Amino acid sequence: MIDKKTIENVAKLARLKISESEAQEFSQQLAKALEHFAKISQINTEGVEALVTPTEIEAYWREDVVEQNYSAEEMTANAPEKSGHLFKVPPVV
Amino acid sequence: MDLLKASFSDIAEAVTSKAISAKEVSSFFLKRAQSLNPRINAITSFNDHALAEAEKIDEKIAKKESVGPLAGVPFGIKEMFCTKGLKTTAASKMLANFVPPYDATAVERLKNAGAIVLGKLNQDEFAMGSSNENSLHGVVRNPWDVTCVPGGSSGGSAAAQASRLMAGTLGTDTGGSIRQPAHFCGVVGVKPTYGRVSRFGIIAYASSLDQAGPIVSSVKDAALSLEVISGFDKNDGTTSQKAVPAWSKQLNENVKGLKVGLLKQCMSGALNADVQKAVDNSLDILKKSGAEIVEVSVPLIEYAVPVYYLIAASEASSNLARYDGVKYGYRAEFKNLSAIPLEDFYGETRGQGFGAEVKRRIMLGTYCLSSGYYDAYYTKAGQVRRLMVQQYQEAFKSCDVILSPVTTSTAFKIGERISDPLAMYLNDIFTTSTNLAGLPGMSVPFSLSAEGLPIGIQLTANHFDEQRMLNVGLALENASSVRGKNPNVF
Repeated sequence: MIDKKTIENVAKLARLKISESEAQEFSQQLAKALEHFAKISQINTEGVEALVTPTEIEAYWREDVVEQNYSAEEMTANAPEKSGHLFKVPPVV
Repeated sequence: MDLLKASFSDIAEAVTSKAISAKEVSSFFLKRAQSLNPRINAITSFNDHALAEAEKIDEKIAKKESVGPLAGVPFGIKEMFCTKGLKTTAASKMLANFVPPYDATAVERLKNAGAIVLGKLNQDEFAMGSSNENSLHGVVRNPWDVTCVPGGSSGGSAAAQASRLMAGTLGTDTGGSIRQPAHFCGVVGVKPTYGRVSRFGIIAYASSLDQAGPIVSSVKDAALSLEVISGFDKNDGTTSQKAVPAWSKQLNENVKGLKVGLLKQCMSGALNADVQKAVDNSLDILKKSGAEIVEVSVPLIEYAVPVYYLIAASEASSNLARYDGVKYGYRAEFKNLSAIPLEDFYGETRGQGFGAEVKRRIMLGTYCLSSGYYDAYYTKAGQVRRLMVQQYQEAFKSCDVILSPVTTSTAFKIGERISDPLAMYLNDIFTTSTNLAGLPGMSVPFSLSAEGLPIGIQLTANHFDEQRMLNVGLALENASSVRGKNPNVF
């Protein structure tokens, strides 16, 4: 069972503010999903290396050369708030 | 030329030979899309420059410059793909005003081949969903029955293609998001081998599972468009350096001597009777055409859904950490405050910017990656994933392609499953294992249910063996009873 404290901790780790009703809803849904997911614990995986990428990746290295692909205007064009070419944020502590 | 039935090569040939201009083709589809879209809500925005871009193709042709195999073919692009100068929202409030300064590689390659981007297509928020009901832009409706979902997450692509609002569309598939909506909407959807198509410029959901692919009207169009977008990209280190075969030129419906694997695990569950009948009929047709049907087994498929959701949610929680409200995307309002804690800045922004399904998966993923649970969930899922790949490799020793249903049922009603996320997740039982193993998979329309809803057949091949999959797909397409039939919205 996922209690309220666990949900609060996970939300904090995820940097996600959730409402009381969401906490309640997620707690039940997560518990149900994890209960279902727990059945993979029955599979014997001793000595098996976890797979990260499903197909073999051929190594590729590019030249270590600095490139400028975008202008400062382009890179800051989507900023919620900016000052010149700088990203502007509210004062934080 | 009937543009509603024309293949990509028909259009490109007509445009190149000046039988019709690229501008006329784009105008035709634009008008059709604008008039029909309000009924299905598949298109989220139109490209205001589409006609000017089509004119440029015509100018090139006039100057006898080369224009590519998709010259003048109008495409719709799922919102997950970055498109230079065109809003790319991922159907999320978080990116509601995002206009990328670059094209995703797949989009760039379509354009280089002469295709015209006509507009962007609806989807589930951040590609998380199996019904296209979780979108900033609202629910997409299935053109065969507007009270039903089109499937997800590329529901907009499949619905736009089925009603031929575009000549072709692009989708993404993380756990079945190309194949399942293609099945629900009666169109062809191909998810290539992991690494075939660059993920550069595709908004990341689960990096080890995401692949892009076409959702189109025929196997021939699928082969050609897949050929165009595939291949190594220096911007994505996980793309394969293997040569891309000319799939469209080598298409061959002759299945004589091919071994078609029937997955034992797929036939033991509760299948809708019409879906079961379609699978049985498709096997009969292949058998009569000279293919040998063999039973194969991938026992770990039983665990594909939990393994998939553990891995997808974990990778999503990591990928979506970039949405912090600083450089781009949504930011919560903070007014009249001298200073705020940094965690509140992130928390408020993310709490307000993400929708319920996205938050649910971030919570699940964060939990699975948190200290004390990482090994029990993420590592364990990765281990089972390796064993599943091994079982598939074993199965492919005795067959060339695997045939299975796409999902257990046809398109369901809007709202029917939205309140039970776990039930919705279980809908993905036949599609997720393909992504976990990185295999190519496709859905080919094969028949209609008693209610008149499309049923697709899923084909899965070994890594980088798209050709055989497409060939079997062609054989099924040629025998399909849904071929030439149009959805009700037409």
